Amino acid sequence: MDINATLLGLLIAFVVFVLFCMKFVWPPLISAIEERQQKIASGLEASDLAEKDLEKARAQANEELNAAKIEAAAIIDQAKKRATKLVEEETQRGHAEREKIIASGHTEVETERNRVREELRKQLSILAIAGAEKILEREIDAQKQSDIVEKLVAEL
Amino acid sequence: MAANGNMTPTEYISHHLDPLQVGSGFWTFNVDSLGIAIVLGIFFISLFAYVGKKATSGVPGKLQCFIEMVVEFVDNSVKETFHAKSRLIAPLALTIFVWVFLMNAMKLIPVDFVPILAGLVGLTFASSSSKGYVGEDAGIFERAMDHPWSYMKAAPTTDLNTTLALAIGVFLLIIFYSVKHKGLGGFIKELTLNPFNHWALIPFNLVLELVTLIAKPISLSLRLFGNLYAGELIFILIAMIGLWQLPLHFAWAVFHILVIVLQAFIFMMLTIVYLSMASEKH
Repeated sequence: MDINATLLGLLIAFVVFVLFCMKFVWPPLISAIEERQQKIASGLEASDLAEKDLEKARAQANEELNAAKIEAAAIIDQAKKRATKLVEEETQRGHAEREKIIASGHTEVETERNRVREELRKQLSILAIAGAEKILEREIDAQKQSDIVEKLVAEL
Repeated sequence: MAANGNMTPTEYISHHLDPLQVGSGFWTFNVDSLGIAIVLGIFFISLFAYVGKKATSGVPGKLQCFIEMVVEFVDNSVKETFHAKSRLIAPLALTIFVWVFLMNAMKLIPVDFVPILAGLVGLTFASSSSKGYVGEDAGIFERAMDHPWSYMKAAPTTDLNTTLALAIGVFLLIIFYSVKHKGLGGFIKELTLNPFNHWALIPFNLVLELVTLIAKPISLSLRLFGNLYAGELIFILIAMIGLWQLPLHFAWAVFHILVIVLQAFIFMMLTIVYLSMASEKH
């Protein structure tokens, strides 16, 4: 168990190993570890951020949904009102039209009756004259008796 | 697993505790510590570098996950303790932690396994260098254990050279960081004027501070060495008691899983602490 040159050999080996470790072993390993740590940290951060974004988006969607619901209700309400109004208007118009049609029908009937009456009166006067001509069978001056005829016609 | 019939217990123990050496005097190399430590270090560096090269910042594979767990564990330990900025400390701590852990973990291999394997390899490739204590008629395991290559030990951290090499590396870094952060003057001032700020007490302070300074690598290396060496000794003793060694070995190995990780962690943590002390101004 004496100290000998092995000591020097191992000291040199030790120095060489430490230098190798410093140059080829430590830097890639520690950089890989640190890079991964960073990756994980940024990943966690990103997931936090995404969660917050999702929460925000959800809130916004809810808000918009509520607004849309309110708007829809308003539109339906308006439409209902309008429909009632329209129905009322149409009914009123229909009524007026009916009245008008009825009224015009009345006038037409009146005019027709008047015309027919006039026609009948004329025909009757002619008939009366013809009848009178036959009864009298004499020359009657149509001119002289025209005033009578006129009076007759007017009386009819 | 004591496959060596004609060894006395003392011989057996010393066989397992003596390192496989090449050379003489100071220029002796413990082939087992050196070789296994370097192989494990290369394994560590190539495994981690391979994973680092393929590392993605996306979803990691299982191997990358495991490697990253180790790296992050070390990184956290460093960040908690060492506050100055340095590109060296974290890789240094990682190297120490994983390398020491791997070297300690070699202890979980049963004590006879590596020596016999090395002895068999020795018999195959260099049979002429057998010591010849046992005859040609002995069993193959006995002949393997007789071969000098069977002095191969599995755990490099049971060798004081290994732990001292690590500690001296750390010690040099302590001095380097002290000078870097406090300046040479600051470092000398800290050594000479620290507990008692008076010129007359400079020698006293110097002795005190130098002891403190040198105690750091000494305690660092002796702590690791002592723990592992003692554990190894127990493993060797257990290996000598026959059939009952199996449950005992298992129990001791389970306990040692704790020691292996703990000692690696303590070595790393103390390194960080010493270096952060060196780089902080008082």
